[in-house]
Amino acid sequence: MTAHDPSLARPNAPVTTYRYDAFDAAFVRERVAEFREQVRRRLEGKLTEDEFRPFRLMNGLYLQLHAYMLRVAIPYGTLTALQMRRLADIADKYDRGYGHFTTRQNLQYNWPKLVDTPDILEALAEVEMHAIQTSGNCIRNVTADHFSGVAPDEIEDPRPTAEFLRQWSSAHPEFSFLPRKFKIAVTGAAQDRAAIMVHDIGLAIVKNDAGEIGYKVVVGGGLGRSPFIGKVIRDFAPRADLLAYLEAIMRVYNRFGRRDNKYKARIKILVHEKGIDEVRAAVEAEFAAMDRSVFAYDPAEFDRIAAFFAPPPYETLPADSQKLRAARVEHPAFGNFVEVNVAPHKIPGYAVVTVSLKPIGGIPGDATSAQMRALAEASERFGFGELRVSHEQNIILPHVKQDDLFDLWKLLDAAGLATANAGLVSDIISCPGLDYCSLATARSIPIAQAISKRFSDLSRQRRIGKLGIKISGCINACGHHHVGAIGILGLEKKGQESYQITLGGDPTFSASIGEILGPGVTAEQAPDVIEHLVDFYLAERHEGETFIETWRRIGHARFKDVLRREGEDGADI
Amino acid sequence: MPALKHPQILLASNLTDGEVVFLGPSGWERDHVKARVAHDKDEAAALEAFGKAEIAANRVVDVYLADVAVGADGVPAPLHYREKMRVKGPSVRLDLGKQAAGGA
Amino acid sequence: MALISDGRFIDDVWRRLAEEEALPKSGKVIVSLARLDHAIEVHGPGVDLGVIAPNTTDPAALADALPKLGLVSIVFPAFADGRGFSLARLLRRAGFAGELRASGRLLADQYAHALGCGFDTVEIPDDIEARQDETQWRAARDAHARTYQRGYVAPGSILDARRKAAAQ
Repeated sequence: MTAHDPSLARPNAPVTTYRYDAFDAAFVRERVAEFREQVRRRLEGKLTEDEFRPFRLMNGLYLQLHAYMLRVAIPYGTLTALQMRRLADIADKYDRGYGHFTTRQNLQYNWPKLVDTPDILEALAEVEMHAIQTSGNCIRNVTADHFSGVAPDEIEDPRPTAEFLRQWSSAHPEFSFLPRKFKIAVTGAAQDRAAIMVHDIGLAIVKNDAGEIGYKVVVGGGLGRSPFIGKVIRDFAPRADLLAYLEAIMRVYNRFGRRDNKYKARIKILVHEKGIDEVRAAVEAEFAAMDRSVFAYDPAEFDRIAAFFAPPPYETLPADSQKLRAARVEHPAFGNFVEVNVAPHKIPGYAVVTVSLKPIGGIPGDATSAQMRALAEASERFGFGELRVSHEQNIILPHVKQDDLFDLWKLLDAAGLATANAGLVSDIISCPGLDYCSLATARSIPIAQAISKRFSDLSRQRRIGKLGIKISGCINACGHHHVGAIGILGLEKKGQESYQITLGGDPTFSASIGEILGPGVTAEQAPDVIEHLVDFYLAERHEGETFIETWRRIGHARFKDVLRREGEDGADI
Repeated sequence: MPALKHPQILLASNLTDGEVVFLGPSGWERDHVKARVAHDKDEAAALEAFGKAEIAANRVVDVYLADVAVGADGVPAPLHYREKMRVKGPSVRLDLGKQAAGGA
Repeated sequence: MALISDGRFIDDVWRRLAEEEALPKSGKVIVSLARLDHAIEVHGPGVDLGVIAPNTTDPAALADALPKLGLVSIVFPAFADGRGFSLARLLRRAGFAGELRASGRLLADQYAHALGCGFDTVEIPDDIEARQDETQWRAARDAHARTYQRGYVAPGSILDARRKAAAQ
């Protein structure tokens, strides 16, 4: 692999995301060198496994069921074609030719060797990537709306803020040994696509009455063993105060977050036990006591970062593409793809394309190295060389000319990437579960595969409409099951895998935690039960209602009855 | 000799590459077929003690005993689905892990 | 037990007083938090006082004593327990200018964090010393040339370096 040379970027791939300067590059190189030493010291026994663990986790390296796993950061889910190609190269050279895109907008390799990891990190550093703080009890990779910068409903692109926070939180001297992991998400749009209400800190970019940009700060949300919706700690934090205010929250959490029980160590428990008012008072007192000149907002630095996210050189185009219209009529499969996977763009003549990593019966979020290269090529030919990873585990091409959609679709189709199901019932979020993860209590991927196959018929999926099924293989909830309209949680019951179903979860501003439907079901029963629930919804819904809207209107009990009737019909559930 | 509810084998992860290994008659094996089986608590304790020393020697991590059933052929088969997965590989990728031709 | 200062193992000029041991007439002695108020009251002019404080100590409770202390030693009960880092920051903010010491199960890999939060010295138990020699602590001291944060003790802040570069 050759060192990163900016001239390698194609002429049609302008900068649309943050680029390292010499300081960033040096910082990441230092961290790679530091980890290389830590691995060496581990092998020599100078660090015990207990001592090494937090440092390998802070570099994204887990020990899983069959092998190590390396989680690579894709900050705010944005990456370039060059970076995507490098991810493919690493998959081939150091892993088994594929990777898994996660609900945290990251990428996981499932088979790296400990001794190869420093070289992998080096290969990432060459293309301005890293695995820093993708795990461990520290501030994790900051996530953001995957439609950032192109969504028509956006107040401001959240990625400059996310990058600002990425830098601030990296190797933080004070906040690298927190009671527990800490996740921050940012959205800048009217519609929340970043699930900010279920993060340790959620930031919504808002405008105050004076028209100034600032942040609504939500704290104490989270899934896992005890799910909580976040609470507003500040309605408006001016941008100038953002870092100081976050630092105040972190200090209060670091000092007072529980450390006696890892299941009660997240900030959500502190907020729950003390109450938001007491936490707010402590944070405001800390904020008032701080020397804020230290955090003095430097608009030039924020503008420097923001400039990297400037829009690419769009052409002036008519709002409607004749070419697109013709191709849709001529190729029904393409027409379906456009209707399901293509979203409006704020610029006339452009579109936002979701590339589904959920082929029917496939493993949600997995992509082969060949597919990664196809995605890189697609973005270079049709999308200014930029890609996004969504928390739904799909890939987004954020700037595609409507005129190019058909050619893009052909390219994607040839790579097995043209599944039309974005947002539909087979677009299932799933953690790796017990097929890979050492924390899992049951498998989750096979459940996703079975449900996806059951609903393989696209016209039926479209009749059902938007419906998020989310599956986790343990209570840690990496598959976000609590906020799935239908959530499925894999547990162990009497030595067997068992699946608990919840209904009514919602990850957006109207966030809600799903309610348990009834006793657990077996893996074999799960697709039947889901199908009955969906059929019940279809029978009960009013015109234009989504699954969750119907559920909210008619109530949980009615859905519970479906499962009870199912039991009486003979199925043992 | 205090009896065990089920016979047990000792599993661990190899430190350098993370692969699942099993304590055999004379060291770590990558194939569970070669695992040494403990039939009573003393034998199980001996396996565990060996495992602890191996952790201290920085050869393996995450060492633990798992219940098995010993077949007529003498081969131990894990009883819990988690360890069944570990002796094979991901159930959704039969081309990967120990179950794949040529092993992991 | 080893004491590390600026990446070197050094001799400790401070002595930790046992709970039942009487306050000496002179010397640098470290007392427990429980004894601190009394020790401040009665200690003679030849005595330099230090205190060892758990990482849960309320900095406000130490505020009056700080100007009279030559050393504050903050306990790290486990290396994963980062409360001591925040306490160090708060004591520095309260104006403490004496020796700030991290005492306990800190690893060389956390040395840069400790220095960044304002610690001067680190005191580690024998088992860590046996595995982590002076070379590793020195390497750790130099492992972070610049950090992204401002206001922490570091060879340099990336943000400040950027401002400087932009101003030129």
